[in-house]
Amino acid sequence: MPKRTPLYQQHLGLGARCIDFGGWEMPVQYTGIVAEHLAVRASAGVFDISHMGEIWVGGAYASEFLNQTLTNDIGLLAVGESQYTLMCNEAGGVIDDLYVYRIASEAFLLMVNATRISADLHWLEFQASNHGEDRSVKVGNQSEQTGAIAVQGPNALLFIDELLHGDGLIRAGRPSELVKNQVDAWPFGTGEVYVARTGYTGEEGFEIIAPNEQLVALWDAVLDIGQPHGIVPAGLGARDTLRLEMGYPLYGHELSEGLSPIEAGLGYFVKVDKGEFTGRSALMKQKDERPKKKIVAFKMNGKCPPPRQGYEVYNNLEARKDVWSVANAGLKPQETDPVIGVVTSGTQSPSLKCGIGMAHVHIDRAQVGTAIDVSIRGKRYPATVCKKPLYKKQ
Amino acid sequence: MSTIPDNLKYAKSHEWVRIEDGTATIGITDHAQAELTDVVFVELPEAGRVLAAGDNCAVVESVKTASDLYAPVGGTVLEINAALADTPELANDSPFDEGWFFKLQLNGEPDTAHLLDAVGYAAQIGEA
Repeated sequence: MPKRTPLYQQHLGLGARCIDFGGWEMPVQYTGIVAEHLAVRASAGVFDISHMGEIWVGGAYASEFLNQTLTNDIGLLAVGESQYTLMCNEAGGVIDDLYVYRIASEAFLLMVNATRISADLHWLEFQASNHGEDRSVKVGNQSEQTGAIAVQGPNALLFIDELLHGDGLIRAGRPSELVKNQVDAWPFGTGEVYVARTGYTGEEGFEIIAPNEQLVALWDAVLDIGQPHGIVPAGLGARDTLRLEMGYPLYGHELSEGLSPIEAGLGYFVKVDKGEFTGRSALMKQKDERPKKKIVAFKMNGKCPPPRQGYEVYNNLEARKDVWSVANAGLKPQETDPVIGVVTSGTQSPSLKCGIGMAHVHIDRAQVGTAIDVSIRGKRYPATVCKKPLYKKQ
Repeated sequence: MSTIPDNLKYAKSHEWVRIEDGTATIGITDHAQAELTDVVFVELPEAGRVLAAGDNCAVVESVKTASDLYAPVGGTVLEINAALADTPELANDSPFDEGWFFKLQLNGEPDTAHLLDAVGYAAQIGEA
């Protein structure tokens, strides 16, 4: 039996087509991925992200504990601020990527991937048990009682203040005054919701974390208030194409326990100078020595089928011709033309109207501008390694 | 409800075929395009290729997935729809007309016993 969010009936009422996503029955689209994608880029869209996990970490030693467990620097966070961060094992492999919100000086809310909730809890509790009797922290999983929606797109700023009344309880401003990565709380219905200026689309927008009982009213109100501003409900399909255009990683595709944030191109979020944390020595070593492979973003050069996860990546035949004519005498094809990587995510970009993706490739083929080939059903199509984000607003 | 013209034959794998004057024109059904949603690329067989009924002969790609197309009848590829290769969304906008995929030269009267008529296809997709 798949899990459903409190918004399941809302999705059905809006004509959603649902798919299984990590054990959750989630809307993949309502009217169509392309239309929803373009609506988020041009006006606004609302996503149900209630499948994601919410874990609280609290206590006098919470910030010290999280700084030893997560790769980014918690010390940079004032109350009412948040940051993207990673949780690594000793070898530097990624247990999860997440957002940590500082709700109070001793209370942090971790928003984690739906598919990683139990792995994260297991790891956090294990780390907490090693933190020392007299420096204990509380780890509380609220994922079952809490949901969230993402209101994304340039027009989100135009109506967010109509949704929530008065000043925020933390920062004491209006929702539209929040800047990137700030978070505040507002009363809503009989509960309280957290509103953060964060998202996974590259657009302006907000993520709203709410108790389950408030979700339906919240969702309906957002669609109602946003309607004059062109808001549409948007599914996981558009969420995936939007994040790929930005080159944002997705756990299970660009991130795994066998891959480090350095290989994933997320070194910026690993603050090795902040002091000791789990995975630090392995990650420092990788930063110094360069990893053997790296996750890169790429664009297909011309008209061709969209790249997909699992497709093999090769050197570009044209670009490597000279090298081969000298080097390949007497070698077998697999020696002269080896697989240099694999596509981790790929799609047709609705904004750029070409194939885009991310791939895990050999480090010497990871530089921006490198010509590569993607093999699609046995045929080679040229592509170019590009700087992230792949899509930039005009 | 999807459109299911009466004058066509249908494969269970959601292709339609129009047989006239020794040729067969093939495309995907309205139901198929609606299920696929935004078609972003089609890969068509080369002219001259000889296909047997049931051969995997084309690929239709939406944003989310790639799906195979099977020849409903056998024959030799006579012509492909170049407009569809350039403008794949024709498969969504006009599945039975401008969005046709390819034409086959038939070798005599084709075997259509395995194909469905409009009523049979409507039943198969639960729209009877």
